[in-house]
Amino acid sequence: MEEGTNPEMEHPAFEPKIVAFCCNWCSYAGADLAGTTRLQYPANVRIIRVMCSGRVDPAFVLKAFSLGADGVIVAGCHPSDCHYINGNEKTAMRGIFLSEFLEDAGLEPQRFRVEWIAGSEGQKFADVVKKMVAELQTLGPIAEESA
Amino acid sequence: MADNELVGAALVVGGGPAGMQAALDLAESGYKVYLLETTPSIGGTMAQLDKTFPTNDCSMCILSPKLVATGRHENITLITNAELKNVEGEAGKFNVTITRHQRFIVEEKCTGCGVCAEHCPIEGANSFDRDLAPAKAVYVPFPQAVPLIYTIDKGLCIGCGICEKFCEAGAIEYSMDSTVDETIEVGAIILATGYEVFDASKKNAYGHGVYPNVVSNIEFERMLSASGPTEGHVIRPSDGDVPQKIAFIQCVGSRDAQTPNTYCSSYCCMAALKQAVIAQEHVPGLKTTMFFMDTRAFGKEFEEYLHRAETEYGVRILRNNRISKVQQSHETDDLLLSFIDDADISEESFDMVVLSAGAKPPEMARQLAKMLGIKMNSYGFCETDELSPVDCTSPGIYVCGAFSGPKDIPDSVAQASGAAGKVAALLADQRGKLVTKKEYPEEKNLEGQEPRIGVFVCHCGINIGAVVNVPEVMKYASSLPGVVYAEANLYTCSQDTQKKIKEIIEEHDLNRVVVASCTPRTHEPLFQNTVREAGLNKYLFEMANIRDQCSWVHRMEPEAATKKAKDLVRMAVAKSSKLEPLPQPKIPVTPAALVIGGGLSGMTSALEIAKAGYEVHLVEKDKELGGHLRTIFSTLSGVDPRETLASLKKEVREHEKIKVHLEDTVEEVKGYIGNFETTLKSGEKIEHGAIVVATGAIEYEPEEYLYGKHPKVIRQTDLGKMLASGEFDARSVVIIQCVGSRNDEHPNCSRICCSTAMANALKIKREHPETEVFVLFRDIRTYGFAEENYNEAARLGVRFLRFDPESPPKVKANGDDLEIDIDEKFIEERIALKPDYLVLNAAVHPNPDNKDLAQLLKIPQNREGFFLEAHMKLRPVDFATDGIFLCGLAHSPRLIDESISQALAAAARVNTVLSRPFIEAEGVVSVVDEDKCIGCGRCEDICEYGAPVVEEISPGVFKSRIKEALCKGCGSCAVECCTRAIRPKHFRSDQIITMIEAALADEEPEQEVKT
Repeated sequence: MEEGTNPEMEHPAFEPKIVAFCCNWCSYAGADLAGTTRLQYPANVRIIRVMCSGRVDPAFVLKAFSLGADGVIVAGCHPSDCHYINGNEKTAMRGIFLSEFLEDAGLEPQRFRVEWIAGSEGQKFADVVKKMVAELQTLGPIAEESA
Repeated sequence: MADNELVGAALVVGGGPAGMQAALDLAESGYKVYLLETTPSIGGTMAQLDKTFPTNDCSMCILSPKLVATGRHENITLITNAELKNVEGEAGKFNVTITRHQRFIVEEKCTGCGVCAEHCPIEGANSFDRDLAPAKAVYVPFPQAVPLIYTIDKGLCIGCGICEKFCEAGAIEYSMDSTVDETIEVGAIILATGYEVFDASKKNAYGHGVYPNVVSNIEFERMLSASGPTEGHVIRPSDGDVPQKIAFIQCVGSRDAQTPNTYCSSYCCMAALKQAVIAQEHVPGLKTTMFFMDTRAFGKEFEEYLHRAETEYGVRILRNNRISKVQQSHETDDLLLSFIDDADISEESFDMVVLSAGAKPPEMARQLAKMLGIKMNSYGFCETDELSPVDCTSPGIYVCGAFSGPKDIPDSVAQASGAAGKVAALLADQRGKLVTKKEYPEEKNLEGQEPRIGVFVCHCGINIGAVVNVPEVMKYASSLPGVVYAEANLYTCSQDTQKKIKEIIEEHDLNRVVVASCTPRTHEPLFQNTVREAGLNKYLFEMANIRDQCSWVHRMEPEAATKKAKDLVRMAVAKSSKLEPLPQPKIPVTPAALVIGGGLSGMTSALEIAKAGYEVHLVEKDKELGGHLRTIFSTLSGVDPRETLASLKKEVREHEKIKVHLEDTVEEVKGYIGNFETTLKSGEKIEHGAIVVATGAIEYEPEEYLYGKHPKVIRQTDLGKMLASGEFDARSVVIIQCVGSRNDEHPNCSRICCSTAMANALKIKREHPETEVFVLFRDIRTYGFAEENYNEAARLGVRFLRFDPESPPKVKANGDDLEIDIDEKFIEERIALKPDYLVLNAAVHPNPDNKDLAQLLKIPQNREGFFLEAHMKLRPVDFATDGIFLCGLAHSPRLIDESISQALAAAARVNTVLSRPFIEAEGVVSVVDEDKCIGCGRCEDICEYGAPVVEEISPGVFKSRIKEALCKGCGSCAVECCTRAIRPKHFRSDQIITMIEAALADEEPEQEVKT
């Protein structure tokens, strides 16, 4: 196709690829609200909807990085807001473990985030994406050795 | 009226949380429901809230699924932007005339895309955001509105015609008549009209509407909301600065003899505490000060919230304060308050003041009462009786929520279910007569078929099409593997496109459908329904969100947006090719209930379930029915409940559908929703479809204040008995509050004691005016209309002395006499009393039996030992485990009318289970691969719904099995499973991984989706 990631382009600005896992009830709704209220954020994120952030297997995050994601977000309901009572608590625990693991593997901490985004927080969703894109643009692609 | 003349439909007036709950319960139990709402959207006041106490849940997050469920229920007809015009008839058959106020937009045509509002040049008042931000002349009240249909405000509209030009659906019609009447026939009416917030500007001395930095609680709530006018930023209206000091003034238009509202509005103390806590989270370093008369944190776990606010957040709490006026500094717009702090008068300046405006009856209450022939109480709220809290004074008409008196959301929701329970009993013979059960064609057998995917890309008028190159996305979609058909639509959700999709499924023999349009959260059910009508399993549908999460958020980058839209379609197609038809197994239901506990709540619940037509087993461990009510001789309003108790017991014992099991307990419970099998201690086995837990609570046996050691020290229940029997004879009585409540061991308030103390004190003063009565208290918590008793007690000379929990009253025995010393907080003096009786208002403590029952039923308890419901706000009588419900003191301390409401609610919730011949389980559930499972039990441990159960399938071999009826499909167990034996259907690992691959693949289809 005509546009997109053309390798022949001269020094294009680095456009990081971000995969975001969003729970159906809060953070996916938050992402929708960003749209409803027409907030603008960079088009670098691809959202994968899951019912609960507790469904996000750390293996999915690793898979995303191994396939070339520059950043991964796992987003769920705020603590105590979980539609499934406490799925997000499991996410929080796994998030801590995963962050440490990824750092040990040589990835910068900015590349993986666990975020709590409520259905009313369209602004927060947009802000999280903006911030992450800016940080990843500064970092550049993942270094060969850690990939 | 003969049973066959009854109408199996109900009208619910008011679409807030209470109205929605009543509507959903009835619709789920086999009744047709008309839900009438005066504004353009359902949701009520709750839609305006940012957070809810005591869990700080996001209000919209928990409300929105309920809005959607109500909006799309096949047995609920929403009639919004309309009002009641006339009602004729009687219980069982009412003829109702409704006036619809036209939206000047054709409801059937409007897709809710919002292009009209975007281009509307007129801005005006915005009642939803309390005028803190303007609204357009064509509007929806809030983005999650249900129904999502725009309305033209003719008062604002200048008729410029711009919206008409932009509306590609052709929905705008200026020339409609402004109102249209219609009539419906219903068997019963539920009033859930809610309340209105007191207009804080009427309290002139506080300067609301004059001083810019004085805001009302509802304005502050909108300010805190991330989707509100300031996007969650707390700012001073006068200069936009971030405030460092905020004062909250309580009881504005409540407990106020200068207004008609002398009652307590019940929820404002907690709502204000929540606002202070949330504001401090928003603004680091913010100092909040709250001016209370009393802190009324009387609900379940409220006191703990108050304690956390004070100790963890540093919210400054000052009691005994009725602020007389607010003054504004002309230079700074700061606000000066004088108040009492430790018995001294202080003055302090604040950046902002929030007025906790109370509740008042809705404007149309009197008119409604006249139309329906029902009585209002002296405050203008709907009149109810303590012993029949959901009945209006006219038969066939019921009430719930704040229309019957100010109350918080869970109490409103419980009362709403209770009203639904009453209607279900009244119209029991008409169940299922007027509801429609949708019939779908038999599902096609797709076995062995390769994916044949059809992709429909939506322009959504110009919402998507103006940013994303839709034809290009469509062309791209058609090149993806598995896709055999692709087309673009102006509105994929329109009626005619639905028809077309079905034809195309037939014509091209599609076995999977992808729609690239808006969000699955609102539109997936619509499209799933369409594919089902074409003979496809509904789980063979997938959506790509190219509007809310693409065209709307990347408006300035059409190329990037088009690329993203292609990626999203590629991801959806990739998942689609891995979709499988999911069965929704039908689980048969045994139409019988087990009610555990034969007190007021258990009996009420049992009777209402039986009246609705189901068999009930009522199990009571005592040798007699009646529970605590046997020890109560006078209710708050002075009624002797013994007669009611006797007739209730008689009715329960004589009801042909109720079997009472006295001196028996539950020994073993097996099964799940629809199919429980319970063994009683007596050996009897019962099969039933639902369970109500109504095991009550116990009265605390005080260890303090010489109770049990001195004959003159008695409990409140003993005083009640003495007063009833005429044995009471004393010149002086001292009542101590909070005995065994609000301490380290039992941190919460027992809720009922202040109101019962007041009722007893009044009785003493009325019958023995010469007797002196002293009430020693920490906070008086006579919430709601019980405040009247407090005022009356004070008028009759009852003395109220406030003590600090740090220095509680000292009680000494001096032979036969008692000596009590109290450090009075307000006047700061030591007072010595020598009463004839010391009455201890002993706490309500959880039933010690709860622990065993919790294990038997696998249901949770809170820290104190009361049972813990599924959700504190919107599911007050449900357990997380389906088919098990909760009511009365087993839930938390509550008054008689509140217990009855909850008991009726539990009955209504049981009806939603038992009214169905079978339960259709969700297709999105997890399944265990037995070959991989090692039976470790991890899944069983972490599941909150009790779905996975490890069973010994052969000697020494343990395997987990997931009960489909209980599984919610969250998928958490799959991640925890160490052998990866659990497969969450529809969100399988291979499905998610294929989406990850597609998300990160290059655009060229040849290179992506490794299978």
